[in-house]
Amino acid sequence: MSADSGRLAANILMFCRTLRNAGLAVGPGRVIEAMAAVRRAGIERRDDFYWALRAVLVNDPAQFRLFDQAFHIYFRNPRLLERMMSLLLPTLEQDAAKSEKEAPVRRLLEAMAANNDIGEDESARIEIDQSASWSRREVLRHRDFEDMSLEEQGQAIRLMRSEMLAIADVATRRFRPHPFGHRYDLRRSMRLILRNNGQPIELARKSRRRRPSPLTLICDISGSMSRYSRAFLFFAHLMSMRHHEVHTFVFGTRLTNITRRIANRDVDKALTAVSQEVKDWDGGTRIAECLERFNVDWSRRVLAQNAVVILLSDGLERDSKADLDFQMQRLHRSCRSLIWLNPMLRYPEFAPRAMGIRTMLPHVDLFLPAHNIDSLSQLGRLLQQDRQRAQRQVEKYRAA
Amino acid sequence: MAERSDRKDLPGDVSATQALLTAGDYIAGRDLATVVYLALHMGRPILLEGEAGVGKTEIAKVLAATLGRDLIRLQCFEGLDLSSAAYEWNYPRQMVAIRIAEAEGSGGDIGKNLYGREFLTERPLLSALEEHANGPPVLLIDEIDRADEPFEAFLLEILSDFQISIPELGTIKSKEPPVVVITSNRTREVHDALRRRCLYHWVDYPTQETESRIVALKAPDIAEDLRNQLVAFIHKLRDQDLFKRPGVAEAIDWANALAQLDVVTLTPDVLNDTLGSLLKYQDDIAKLQGSEAARLLAEIQAAA
Repeated sequence: MSADSGRLAANILMFCRTLRNAGLAVGPGRVIEAMAAVRRAGIERRDDFYWALRAVLVNDPAQFRLFDQAFHIYFRNPRLLERMMSLLLPTLEQDAAKSEKEAPVRRLLEAMAANNDIGEDESARIEIDQSASWSRREVLRHRDFEDMSLEEQGQAIRLMRSEMLAIADVATRRFRPHPFGHRYDLRRSMRLILRNNGQPIELARKSRRRRPSPLTLICDISGSMSRYSRAFLFFAHLMSMRHHEVHTFVFGTRLTNITRRIANRDVDKALTAVSQEVKDWDGGTRIAECLERFNVDWSRRVLAQNAVVILLSDGLERDSKADLDFQMQRLHRSCRSLIWLNPMLRYPEFAPRAMGIRTMLPHVDLFLPAHNIDSLSQLGRLLQQDRQRAQRQVEKYRAA
Repeated sequence: MAERSDRKDLPGDVSATQALLTAGDYIAGRDLATVVYLALHMGRPILLEGEAGVGKTEIAKVLAATLGRDLIRLQCFEGLDLSSAAYEWNYPRQMVAIRIAEAEGSGGDIGKNLYGREFLTERPLLSALEEHANGPPVLLIDEIDRADEPFEAFLLEILSDFQISIPELGTIKSKEPPVVVITSNRTREVHDALRRRCLYHWVDYPTQETESRIVALKAPDIAEDLRNQLVAFIHKLRDQDLFKRPGVAEAIDWANALAQLDVVTLTPDVLNDTLGSLLKYQDDIAKLQGSEAARLLAEIQAAA
């Protein structure tokens, strides 16, 4: 290998490390493959070089922008940090919407800074610190959650053991051995016959395997719901540990998919990650708009396998009625069943007078009074409730 | 993973790959051509994601046709299992073999012979690993998002080592790995482990110019003026807030529909009558029907 190709390899290696620090899953195997791909595609054309690296290193369209920025910064000017700074500074003056687009650069900057311990002078540091706060365009609040207590942990384990009756398992098209199954299991029968020296025996049987229904959780985290969000996030974490097909979204003024963040094995780390990712804690609500985003961007990706949707919201909405009606209808049509948990129901004299609630009610399958979901166990018990009773409640409120 | 030996029939560089796809009536950008070129030479599967109707499946068909290879297609669905995807033992034949062995009085070692290749029924995945007269086949695993996770897990062995382990028989490994194309519509996220083994490409909607070339190829009956109008209108539509935006397949369908109707130029009436070949959701059609479609049409005619 010539000295030049050696330098190229070193450059690709550093580039991969930068991407890894920025959050892409680029392991050593990928690095080797990136080198092989570049050797194949050649470096005569810059675009071939670009596409070859991207094909190997990126496997999610959400990461394209990060990769694109990293590539152009890295391979245009090897003195990265300076380059990054000159790129960053003008954005401080730009309007909020524009700087939102540049957000990945911030992650990149941190990743690159971690890679290169180039001595920074004090003035440069201050600029970076400023950059950390540029995207607050709405009234955005952070939220810190208390760590999970031992008692709550105990409740969580009990909840895991109990079955969620409201969410029935679904039959799959796969089979498992079963003594009274309705189908014959020929493969196993043949093995049994052989074991029996070729003498015919009673044929083995099989039946359909069942699995927990895929679940999508959508939680309102606006100001009026703030006291319930912690319990709900615990619940979401628990469910994502238990099944792998759980998708979790939160919304206040905008919709955020927190599925990957909440799936961290350590519940406290998961909640911290969520609290940092979500930017609209305890603010206003735009239910219709957020449901629309869900319907357009996500429903086909997360509801295709007949999922059950649990919507936790008080239904207090100020947007126009028609749109909310339409979005709820669409959501209802695209899932197996839609369960609405509403904390407002803890008041006995509750009647669905608010416009938002009246609009949403006709489109839910179950309307559950989430009157006390401050604690985890309550939420679990809620979902185990007798379906029929909950059904009668929907009828009652609709009639009111 | 060993690199695929250089076959003479594979394109020599990215430009040649692009030309090859064009020869098969598939207009591909430099990005897609690079991915295909790498996949052919590195022996790696291609994972194609993108909206419905942007030509993901078509790539596999065109590759098979232009390289002169056999195309083996596996359409995924929920519950797809080994017996319909990879192999199945031929149970009736095995039973008969047992009876014959009994009749001949040689039942002693029948167990060894019952699980031979002659009792194995090949399904797409296994047959893709076999030797083919026309060289390694193109294996199309279509809409993997419709299959369930256990099936994905099963694919891992095939995609990384191009082999299938059959408990009764042993491991079957292909001499020359097939060209594997996997497509997904993203109705479910494909697992990271599978993504890691593939070269990834997101098939986007083409640019206006590219789409015009595609329509010209696939619907040659319509005049250039109409074609340009039609493509411009579809690009306008994709910017609208629609539940399902029209893909390239819809553009071609629409062009053919207009050709059938002997349309010379787009008018609001023509639009309203043929909107159904472009938009497949009632809400979207209701939104566009009438004044909105006319407005978009006026915009593109003003721009032209």
